[in-house]
This record gives sequence, C-alpha cells and structure tokens, in this order.
Amino acid sequence: MERNVINRTHGPDAPHGEFHRVGQRARKVDAIGKATGQAIYTDDIQLPGMLHAKTLRSPHPHARIRSIDTSAAEALPGVHGVITGKDMPTKYGVIPWTPDENALAVDKVRFVGDEVAAVAAVDEDTANRALRLIEVDYEVLESYLDPHKSLQQHDPVIHEGNKHGNVSKHVRLEFGEVDAALEAAPHVVEDDYFFHGTAHAPIEPHCAVAQSGHDGVITLWSSTQIPHYVHRALARVLEIPAHRIRVIQPHLGGAFGGKSDPFFFEFCAAKLAMLTGRPVKFLLTREETFYTHRGRHPMEMHFTTGCDDDGKLTAVDSKILIDGGSYSSFGLVTTYYAGQLLCGPSHFPTYRFDSTRVYTNKPPCGPKRGHGSVQPRFALEIQLDRLATKLGIDPLEMRRRNFQGAFARTVNGMTVTSNGFMECLDAIEQASGWKDKRGKLPFGRGIGAAGSMYISGTNYAVYPNDMPQAGILVKLDRSGLAMVYTGTSDIGQGSSSVMATLVAEELGLRMDQVRVVAADTDLTPVDLGAYSSRITLMAGNAAVDAGRKLRFKLQEAVGEKLGVPAKQVMLADGFAFDSQDGDKRITSQEAFELAEAKFETLAATGSYNTPERGGDYRGGTIGASPAYSFTAHCAEVEIDVETGEITVPKLWIAHDCGRAISPVQVEGQIEGSTYMGVAELQMEDHDVYTDPAHPEAGLHRRPSLLEYTIPTSLDTPELEAMIVESLDPEGPYGAKEAGEGPLHGSLPAVANAIYDALGVWMTHLPFTPGKVLEALREQGVGGGAARAGGASAGEAGASGTGASGAGGGGSGASGTGASGTRGGGGGASGSAPDVAAIRARLAGKRDKPEGDA
Amino acid sequence: MRTLRFQLNGDDVEIAAPDHWTLLEVLRYRAGLTGSKQGCDKGDCGACTLHVDGRAVLSCLTLAAEAEGRSVTTVEGLVGPGGPDVVQDCFDESGCLQCGFCQPGMIMAARQLVTENPQASRDEIKAALSSNLCRCTGYTKIYEAVENACRRTLQAAPVSAGSAAAAPGGKGRG
Repeated sequence: MERNVINRTHGPDAPHGEFHRVGQRARKVDAIGKATGQAIYTDDIQLPGMLHAKTLRSPHPHARIRSIDTSAAEALPGVHGVITGKDMPTKYGVIPWTPDENALAVDKVRFVGDEVAAVAAVDEDTANRALRLIEVDYEVLESYLDPHKSLQQHDPVIHEGNKHGNVSKHVRLEFGEVDAALEAAPHVVEDDYFFHGTAHAPIEPHCAVAQSGHDGVITLWSSTQIPHYVHRALARVLEIPAHRIRVIQPHLGGAFGGKSDPFFFEFCAAKLAMLTGRPVKFLLTREETFYTHRGRHPMEMHFTTGCDDDGKLTAVDSKILIDGGSYSSFGLVTTYYAGQLLCGPSHFPTYRFDSTRVYTNKPPCGPKRGHGSVQPRFALEIQLDRLATKLGIDPLEMRRRNFQGAFARTVNGMTVTSNGFMECLDAIEQASGWKDKRGKLPFGRGIGAAGSMYISGTNYAVYPNDMPQAGILVKLDRSGLAMVYTGTSDIGQGSSSVMATLVAEELGLRMDQVRVVAADTDLTPVDLGAYSSRITLMAGNAAVDAGRKLRFKLQEAVGEKLGVPAKQVMLADGFAFDSQDGDKRITSQEAFELAEAKFETLAATGSYNTPERGGDYRGGTIGASPAYSFTAHCAEVEIDVETGEITVPKLWIAHDCGRAISPVQVEGQIEGSTYMGVAELQMEDHDVYTDPAHPEAGLHRRPSLLEYTIPTSLDTPELEAMIVESLDPEGPYGAKEAGEGPLHGSLPAVANAIYDALGVWMTHLPFTPGKVLEALREQGVGGGAARAGGASAGEAGASGTGASGAGGGGSGASGTGASGTRGGGGGASGSAPDVAAIRARLAGKRDKPEGDA
Repeated sequence: MRTLRFQLNGDDVEIAAPDHWTLLEVLRYRAGLTGSKQGCDKGDCGACTLHVDGRAVLSCLTLAAEAEGRSVTTVEGLVGPGGPDVVQDCFDESGCLQCGFCQPGMIMAARQLVTENPQASRDEIKAALSSNLCRCTGYTKIYEAVENACRRTLQAAPVSAGSAAAAPGGKGRG
C-alpha cells in the first residue's frame, strides 16, 4: 500500500500577518493548578476500596528461579492477591523486535532488583510483610558486571535464545573511505573516552493505579510519558483486546525519558485489579526508581578524528561499547543513535561508527534526555577542540570552518533544513566575553565551548505502520470554548500549553478560551508520546492542521454575515472582524455559532506524518528527523588545583529552536537541560558494585537522592539561555525542538574549559575532584602550557604546524608530542614535568594571569 | 492508632491515624490533601515541605503526633478568598513551573522566606531554597519567581513587610 503521507506543513508565517499568541510570555495552561496543589498526579488518586501493591525483588544479579512459594503470603490477613511471572508469561519490549522482558521474572532474574512477585494488600505495610513470606529458591549463576566480559563470554547467557550471546545489538556503518581519509589527514587525534551511567531522577517516583470495571474495561492511570505504548503492551501482556483498556496519564512529575518504557508495575497493577476486583495502586519507593532505571547508558568510546591544515574535518571514526544492563528497552535505537546523531553541525565527509550494546546484570539502561547521542557528542566535541588546539585555531572558529550550513545533507544521508548554529556561536561568543577570556584567564580558570544538534522527532516509528505519527481533535463549543484533545503527554515540558497556543493562534482566541484534554486513550487521538523531542513539531503540525480547517469555516461563515470575502476575515484576540474595517466585528463565540449554523457541529481532526527522510540503508531512518535543532554552549570554570574541585560559575547557551512558540518554556528547557548535563558531569553516577568478590556485587551503590546527589540550588551554575530562531519550513510556524538538544554541549563545553584552565584534557566522566588531580598528575601541567597566554598555544607549538598561537609558545608538554601522530591520550610525551614543582609554582600565581612562558 | 487534634489550613480537625504515621501520610491519606508531595519519603527532596506554626518543615520526617495542638498550613492552605497567594501567583507568572512536583514544597519554603525577608538577595534565595530539589528547571526561573514575590510584597506593604522582617525569627537565612 502506498503510504499516505500527511506532512502538511504550514510555513513559518502567522495566519494573519502577525502573531497574537505565539511568542508571548504567557502563563502555562496547567501551572496555577500545580502551584496550588489542585493538580492531580497519579499517587494523588484515591479510589474506594483501593489496595496497595508491592514487589519482591531479586537479591542476586543473575540467578535461575527453581521455585517460588507464595502460600504463606497469600494466607496473611489483609492480602488480596499474589502474582508471579507465571501469571503473565508473555514477553514484551517497547521495541517490538526485542521483546525480552516479562512483567515479573519467569525462570530467571537478571539484576539485583529484578521483579519476582507482587502482592496487593489492604495497605503498604501489609503488602511488605507478605513479601517477606514469599520463599524463592534461586540457583545463583555467574554474573556479568563488566561489559567487556559480556563481549567475551556467552556462557551462561543472560538471555536464552539471543542469537548473539550476550550482545544486545551491534551496528557498524561506514560512509566514505574513512581509513584512507585518516591516513591522508595531516592532523589526527585519537583518544578513549568514558561516559558513565546516570539516572533521570524525576522528583515524582513511578506510580500506577488500575481499576477493573465490571463492564470489562481496565483503566490504568500511570505516570507514563507514552500512554500509547503502555496501551499496546498491556493488551499484549494481559492478553485482552486493546479496546477494553484505557490508559490515562494524570499530571506527571518529571520523566526525562525514564517513564518511556512499559513497566512491570503497570502490568501488575492491572493484573492485580483484575484478580481482586478492587482498585490497586502501585507506588515505587525512591530506592526502587533506581532499580527500575532505564537511564543513560555507560559508554566506552574510542574516537579518532582527522582534519586538514585549515582545520577542515576529513574523517571521524568511532568504536563504542555500550553497557545496556539487563534488558533491551530502547537499546536497538540507542545503538544507532550513538552514531547517527553526530553528523552536524560540523560537517565531515567520511564517517564510521561501530557500536556494540551488550547485556550486563545491572539495572536496565534506556533513553535519557539526549538519548544515545549525549555520550559520543562529549567525545567528538572534545576532539574538535583538541584539533583546534593543535592547529592554533580558536575553538569557535574551528566550528565555524566546519559548519555544515542550512539545507544540507549529512554524511549519513540525513536532511538538515534550517540551521542557526552560526548565530548560536555568535551569541555565546558575545554574551560570554569569549574573546577577552579564552586563553587569557588566570591559571585554574578557563572558558570552553561545544556545539550539538538534535532531532525534532524521529521518522522511525517504534512499530512499523502507515498511520499518522501525531493526531489531534479540536472541538468548538457554542460557549466560545475550543477544546483540544491531544494524545501528547505533558511531562512538564509544556506540551499542553504549546497545543493550546497553536490552536488559539490559528483560531484567534485568547488563552482562556482554549482548554486541553491530554493523554487519555479513550478521549484523545493517538499521539506517539513524549520522546525524541517530537511533540512540538509533530503534534504541533497536527494542531495547526486541525485549527486551520476550523478557521476556514469560521472565516466563511463570518464573511457571509459581514458581507465581505472569507479571506478578508481576520480572527484575533477573541474576535472575528473585517481586516479592512475593524469596526465590523463579532466575538469568537458568535463566530462559532454562525459556523455551526452554516455547516454542522464544529470539530476537526488534524494529523501529521513525517516526510520521507533518511539514508537508503538498513537503519537509515533511525536518527532521521524532519528538522534538527542546534545548540552552542559556553562554560566558564574555576578549578581548585589543591583539591581538584571544579566550580562552574556560569554557562551561556544559545539554542536554535526554530520559532519559539513559548519563549519562556524554551528558556526553561535550555536551563533545565544544561543543569542536568553539568550535574552528570560533576555529581551524578548511577552504578552498582562491580567487583564480583564484593559481598553486594550487583547492588546499586547509591539508590537515594541524598547519595546519588542531584544538584541543589547552591550547586547549580548560573545559566544564561539565549534563543535563536531559524524558522524551519517543516515545523509549526517554523518551530523545532528545545527539550533535549541543549543538554549535549554542556559536558564537552566544561571539559574544553578545563583544558583552557589547566592545560589538561579530561576524558573520563564523571569529573570528580580525584580525577582532576589525577589528570593533572598524568598529563602534567607542562611549563608554559599551563598558561602561556593561552593553553591553546601549547599544543600548537608542540605539533609543529607553525600555526601561531594566541600568545607565547609554551613547552607543549601536554601536547601530543608529534604532529599528526596517532598517539592518543595527549600524554606528556615531551619532557616529564615535575608536577609538584609546577603546581607549587602555579599555586602561588593562581589569582593573576601568567605572563610569558 | 491515636486521634490527633490540630489546626489544618485554619480549621480545627480531629484525625485518627496509626501512631507511626508521618504528618505527610496523615495529610495525604486521611485528610485527602494531596498537594504536599512524596518524592523520597526520607527528607532528601523537600517536596513535602509545609508549615507548622509558620515554619517550613519536612512533613515526611515529622511524625503526625508532633502536630498535636499546632497549626499546619499546606500549599492548598495558602490560597485565600482572593485567590492564590502572591508566591503561588508569581510561580505561575514566571513560567518556572514545569512538571510541578517539587513546587508545593518549593513554594512553602519560598513563602517563609518572602514573609521573613522580602528584601532577600539572590544568594539568600538560593540558600533558602537549597533544601528543595527541582529536577526540571535548573532553578533559574524559580529565583525570578521568588524575587517577583518579594518585590510585590514590598510594594503592597512596604512598612509592614519591613516589620515582618524584623519580627522574631524573621531574620531570614543565609
């Protein structure tokens, strides 16, 4: 069947010349309810006779279940239901090609915290007592806590039946002749990088409430960011028709990707509600959210990048080992994204990535804000700075020279439309005072930059189908109210406000004349949910589509009434009027009545599907997007060389989001993304005890907010968000994404600033004080390179390219030693520095700029 | 099980609850006031922050029995006959609310600061909110919201606001 592509796009212009709602710093549609306690989140739901459910978790990282005895738990007074894996044996997975999860463990457990049984009781205390009465006989198996071991050894295998042992996914794609390009490149940098695991840690723990109606309908309220996928997975696992299931997402207390998968507690709540005939609430503790995880994948990355004498990139080559944890989750996509999303805003003509995701016996990884691409972006943007430094090119200039341009095609076949990256660079350069700071701050202080791109939704539908990726319904009421029914999930990013703004703009309404019903599978058309930064562009186009259909009807009916051509009728601020004679006007409510009388009951659907995009190869649509956002970050750092403590006093972030539908919300996304990136760099670390000999091997090391340390107000840098609007032909009124892109560059910008401050490259996250001191020791704060009118001059001198640095020569002890060699690490290949002496000397000069070398 | 008597958002209430229940549990599961949120249940996140006798406390670490005879104000109780409190309105106006889950606690912490020190500097605001974790915003717009609330408070009653700042326990923090 020919796919019916519904990619009506509406251009960047306002319906009537100028915008009335779009671009306003308006209040959000749901904020006052949240500020006053009226907004209902999932855990706020109390139903009559409601039971509370808890789960029994595996104490072993890898074990076979010989038997489970639940009889004592079932006999405990107050217990109404006990279930185990055999009650829901059907496997599922959010990606249909990798269904390797069970609602509760069947036969095996695969990480400490894996769910084995669930109990519903009159209260949580009783449910917890019942869990302790369940007896599980485990046969402990050898576990995999190191991804390298999973690569090398496949017996015992973590997932029986997996074709590739303990390898979850392998992708190798090459575009152009990478080896030849690297061979020919006069300048090459090659390094290892490590990005650690991190958690989403939204302040709202996961929760679901299920009710089994006597009419045969199961209703699930859940803190999910993708109700549609939960809906599909429930039908599969519960083995009941999808039309008998209703999924509702109440207000949601943060997600960041962590509430994208269908989860065990959703299946269990529904199953226990069916078995007991009573409503069941399943609330996870904070500790449990760390086991549920699906956070950022740890990645070991080997990157090689080459450029010519002008700094123009010629090749990028990466090899990445991805620690997937115990299940697939979105891992197929992660493995592609680790390579596919890197091909801008800098252009390189040849590119190869080789990414391998392995299973380990750890909490499962999944999508976290900037899914899959935050890690390799960290590596690449540091390599750009290393090359710039070798050649004595200013890092911003390096990025300008390699800018891919607007309406470009990337090396991997993606189509870039609007591209405001150059304006982003200009913005951070000016706002940060870059020219007065780069290479000129006293030792221990530095400034650095990075760039990035991100998708505005993905062409790759998680399950293959020819239906729209976004749908919406708008109903106009005689009261003058426009009701918007959207399947989008407002997870705090403000999607409901964006939908309301777009419909209000199209229909000329005030914000109080629009209300939104969102994320209820009975009431709202299917939208694929809040992931891949897809809502503003995709659902936004659907909203404009529906609004425009209704606007034409209103214009026609009002034109008839006023005796003017329909096209002459303008709709704005709650009125419909003759654009030639503003005195000829009626209210929007009267316009609704006229149109309803002339036509029929007023409602319209709107749809959006992506245009054909992507490369003509297997996986070529993964990472393909209708439009890409672009970001430039600039970070300033201050480092205490005695303690190794990094302070990031300020970041400047310029983000090209296309048209900013709601500037205040775009700023919020930029600030929140960057905060989160710096937190990952400095403070956060999601890991388990990995030494097999450790008595708690496989156990999470810090499963609480106190130990995991998400930043407080006192830990968070000053953040200056700047909006660049490169109006995109694909987006609604030209809009693109803002929710994930502005995380990427925050980490490499800080890493590059650390080089400016200390003359050392830090490559292994997280950047703890100990690692800073270690980097100083290993790489040496080589003589003048420490601050010889700019650390950048240090490597230029060492690389012997003749490119003059900004200041004095510097000994280049931190440099790569010889030009164009493949000697990675940037180690002290020159004279071995006397670190103690250097540090002692520098410590005395920390507060004033260094003079000449 | 014991019967607790305290003042809740201005009303005298009697609520029976198990001895070991926290104030947060009693409010959410007995009184039906779900505005105060449970983010960690161990005093790490601050989402459950409310006022006991006008002082911000973590209700997840406060046994309900400790509220006996005291006056408890939740985020719902800030709303008066004239509508939302100035702090709530400023949070709404500033656009700082994203997911909103931390905000009831954040607003109660901010409310105490605005009462006690409406001339608070940015650093004092940061310090006053440092017990309340937000995962969405990077805090930037929350500072702006609190600064607006301070400004509006001073504009509305410059004299009384000054005396409030000088009242016992009203020296602010930081």
